[in-house]
Amino acid sequence: MLLQLKNIKKSFGKVEVLKGITFSLDEGMILGLIGENGAGKSTMMNLLGGIFPPTAGEMFLNGETYLPNSPIAAQSKGVAFIHQELNLFPNLSIAENLFINQFPKKRFFGVSRIDKKTINVKAKELLGQVGLTMDPNKKVEELSPAPRQLVEIAKALGANPKIIIFDEPTTSLSHHEAKKLFELIKKLKAQGIAMIYISHNLDDVLKLVDSVAILRDGELVRMDEKKSFDIQTMVKEMVGREMLEFFPGRMKKIGKKVLEVENLTAKGFIKDVTFHIKKQEVVGFYGLVGAGRSEMVRVLYGLDRFDSGSIVWKGELIDKTNPVLSIQRGIAFLTEDRIEEGLLTRMNIQKNAQLAALGHFTKGLLHRINRFEAKEKVKEKVYATKTKYENLTEQLVSTLSGGNQQKIVLAKWLLTDPELLILDEPTKGIDIGAKREIYGLINNLVENGSSVLMISSELEELMGLCDRIIVMSKGKITASFDKSQFERNTILEVALHKQTAIL
Amino acid sequence: MTRFQKAIQLLLNYSTVVLFLVVLVTFGLLSPKFLTLGNITNILIQSSSLTILAIGMTFVLLTAGIDLSVGSIMFVVGVISGKLVVIGLPIWWAIPLVLVIGLLFGLVNAFFIFKLKIVPFIVTLATFYVGRGLGLYISETRAINLPESFLQIGSSKLLGLPMPIVILLLVLIIGHFVLSSTQFGRQVYAVGNDMAKARKAGVPVKKILLTVYLICGLCAAISSLVALAQLGAVSPTFGYQNEFMAIAAAVLGGTSLFGGKGNILPGTLIGALLIQSIQNGLVIINVNPYIYPVITGTVIFLIVMIDSLRHKSVQKALRTKTTI
Repeated sequence: MLLQLKNIKKSFGKVEVLKGITFSLDEGMILGLIGENGAGKSTMMNLLGGIFPPTAGEMFLNGETYLPNSPIAAQSKGVAFIHQELNLFPNLSIAENLFINQFPKKRFFGVSRIDKKTINVKAKELLGQVGLTMDPNKKVEELSPAPRQLVEIAKALGANPKIIIFDEPTTSLSHHEAKKLFELIKKLKAQGIAMIYISHNLDDVLKLVDSVAILRDGELVRMDEKKSFDIQTMVKEMVGREMLEFFPGRMKKIGKKVLEVENLTAKGFIKDVTFHIKKQEVVGFYGLVGAGRSEMVRVLYGLDRFDSGSIVWKGELIDKTNPVLSIQRGIAFLTEDRIEEGLLTRMNIQKNAQLAALGHFTKGLLHRINRFEAKEKVKEKVYATKTKYENLTEQLVSTLSGGNQQKIVLAKWLLTDPELLILDEPTKGIDIGAKREIYGLINNLVENGSSVLMISSELEELMGLCDRIIVMSKGKITASFDKSQFERNTILEVALHKQTAIL
Repeated sequence: MTRFQKAIQLLLNYSTVVLFLVVLVTFGLLSPKFLTLGNITNILIQSSSLTILAIGMTFVLLTAGIDLSVGSIMFVVGVISGKLVVIGLPIWWAIPLVLVIGLLFGLVNAFFIFKLKIVPFIVTLATFYVGRGLGLYISETRAINLPESFLQIGSSKLLGLPMPIVILLLVLIIGHFVLSSTQFGRQVYAVGNDMAKARKAGVPVKKILLTVYLICGLCAAISSLVALAQLGAVSPTFGYQNEFMAIAAAVLGGTSLFGGKGNILPGTLIGALLIQSIQNGLVIINVNPYIYPVITGTVIFLIVMIDSLRHKSVQKALRTKTTI
């Protein structure tokens, strides 16, 4: 037994993200790790990779206690982690990236300098192991995504790993490139290296792994040999709960079209995107990470420019979009990353919540802010969102939990009385209770006459809330489903299964 | 990439060399005195102080930092070394002492930047004022005339080369070696590219930040001594605004303000030579001295614009690489 986890727990503040995980991994074994977003996959891998320590439980590597306190410590013990976001320096050469911390050196009159010859030989050797034949002096910025990934793997191999963790390694690869990667993974397996393969692409998982482990809400719900799984059973175990009771219903009276998008194209990101949203309709966008959904809504909101196509808002052709105009038009945009984009984390709750609607609270020639009114309105909205807080004007938003932070972002946009609310992963990393409350707020908004465009990687959430689901893949819309056609497997299949066939 | 885009990219990449040639040819045509051996040696000697200052600055800029205090360090170093020598301390005692002062300034900058996590711009803006004020206080805002021995060092020669050029060459070679051929040098580039990634990759980010600000402070002190050996006096405006000249020289030489891009040889050297050539040329063709800042300002504007264009075109090229 190579790696063993015993009753591993991890909490962030009051939220328990991992609730006692126990499993083991043998030499040369590939374990597929699947689960919904927020199920605890990345937390578990970060524990193994030395990003942070567990709250409780024990880990053993080769029978010895394994408790790395940094990624480097994990690496030196033989655990390498290939992140979805590659950790390469594009401004340096391939060879320099491979040896950034342990350049082979030679001494010349007592002065230690980088031994360029040895580096080249060693780098070529490592690159050869992953099937790359290029000049190691080439800069990484000149490489396309696939060879970059291979360089990252070569870097990992340089430290003689016993275990390699892959986190969504194929998202930026073409079908052909992914196939080559799988061959490499099988080769490494033959050398006795164990691997943990995390992916949303269930087809790939079934093709590649020996065993499958399914995480749900911080628990390992099932771990078994591959042969006892198919796509349906995996999806069922991942979701695990009946959705009907989980999603509150709402009164339906869909009106006429408010937003019409035709052939919207932003070079390199989205191509010929055509769809519409009606009044009091909730339209969901589903697809893999990198399918172009976030990019599309950024264009709609006016954060990025588009090259061609048209946007019609309430019957009027829009030729210019920017966030200021969008807010004036009644379009609000809740971004995916609430810490980086949604909140001013070093400001208090009041200031964050009033920000987008500040114009509503001003009066007179000088647009002086009516602080009293702003405070009252914010209080009202924050109350409506059931946010748990201590003090509106004293407490920094950074002290709130993830779910409560998200409610503040939502309150901020609700204060602008949006006619169209764009939500990008509104429940990412939020516990189930807060999720349900956010669903209720969305329904409320829609019942009062607004429309919602919602991006989510959780299909169940979209199926529970939306009137229509549009699937995107590689920057294009590939399918659209009405509520009556909602079927989990069909939609999943279009998004995951067929995504390579479309090419 | 189309051929046109490639040509633009090439022009942007070698913009400094192109600009340098344009300046040389223009002044050469305007005055026959400009492109003589005597004047070229002159430009080299005059530019030695600025180049050394800019070399230190390059290290800092490569980590995506900035050091606004170098001009003030030059001033403090000048005032203290002047006072010490006037009191009667031998020059060979004063020099190592003031080099340590340069290092101390670097240490203070680095401490506030990586220990207290204050942005480099603000930290070094503070030390910029502190340094200038300290210098004015010690010198009682009066100019200090240095003994003849100081000037003798400036005009002495080693192996037939004027002393300032010898010192410049030494700093240049060591700086280039450190950046291009040592692990520390390559890690400077990694930190400048992405500090979070560098930390994840196990690069000792703090140690590297500390070292670059120490190098920058030391270079400022050396630069000060080299300038003093030519001027022979410390005026209350000594070193004033030199930080901007140093940043301009480095950026003009292709060092990016966004960090991670650039080099000393040929980059910063050419940048500094370019600035000095313009100043020298303006004097030779007898332009009204009040116009100098206008022209220098225009050049700095051009540089920053070119850097921004270069950054944009690189990003664009990267963007099209990940095209669907």
